[in-house]
Amino acid sequence: MGLLNLANPTRFMWLSDRLMPWLWGAAVLVLGAGLALAFLAPADYQQGETVRIMYIHVPFAWLAMMGYSLMAGSSLGVLVWRHPLADVAHKALAPIGAVFTCLCLITGALWGRPMWGTYWVWDARLTSVLVLFLLYLGIMALRAAIDDPNRAGRAASVLTLVGFINVPIVKFSVDWWNTLHQPASVFRMGGSAIEGSLLWPLLACAAGFTLLFLALHMLAMRTEILRRRVQALEARAAAQAGL
Amino acid sequence: MSHTAFIAAAYGTAFIGLGVLTLALIWDNRVQRRALADLEARGIRRRARQG
Repeated sequence: MGLLNLANPTRFMWLSDRLMPWLWGAAVLVLGAGLALAFLAPADYQQGETVRIMYIHVPFAWLAMMGYSLMAGSSLGVLVWRHPLADVAHKALAPIGAVFTCLCLITGALWGRPMWGTYWVWDARLTSVLVLFLLYLGIMALRAAIDDPNRAGRAASVLTLVGFINVPIVKFSVDWWNTLHQPASVFRMGGSAIEGSLLWPLLACAAGFTLLFLALHMLAMRTEILRRRVQALEARAAAQAGL
Repeated sequence: MSHTAFIAAAYGTAFIGLGVLTLALIWDNRVQRRALADLEARGIRRRARQG
């Protein structure tokens, strides 16, 4: 049996039912530990206490891009293999990714005001993340605008793949253009530029938020599978009533 | 606004945003589970569960 056949909705419901409590537990523990470390970490020598916004802003930014990348992968599953679970994963990711991107923008603005003297500038990094947020909203709106769920899934997948060009632009915008936003300081050639006492709490928070993101996504996927079952049963009940 | 206020606003927004998202997803899950249970109680079942 191929891998794609193994990943059917019924097996996913069985497996996720067993995984969910562990995933929620791990998310609460790791995120709790990460946030505790974030507030125990020393203040930055230049930014002072304001650096504590980094421990939530940076994971939100990473997960905004990770969520979109997962959606692009799911889009391939929809368009190439027409796999029902890929469409479920794609639809479930969009609102979660949108919220994480929105929180990235808000926490970034609240970090920018005391550090840069402004909430917002139209530099390449900030603008490309705003475009990412609008892409999430556009994909959700496109899905909602088309009645046929199969056509809606394919159209949303095409838009997702077209919009994926924005993900490397977000990542490399600080290298390609002159931006007010600082260049990459964790994932960069030559290693992290952040001192270890600040880096480890950041990585712990990132791990905790990633587990939370995955738990939310698994919950949303389970809900979407249930919604499709309800719609199928309602259609059958309506057909039986019409006989 | 002091720097502490910016930190509190950032963490508060994150807490509220993630809290609302989590509650919305849990509520939606409960609604769908209840709808499925109602249909099954009326004898409308999935073929795989009809035996």
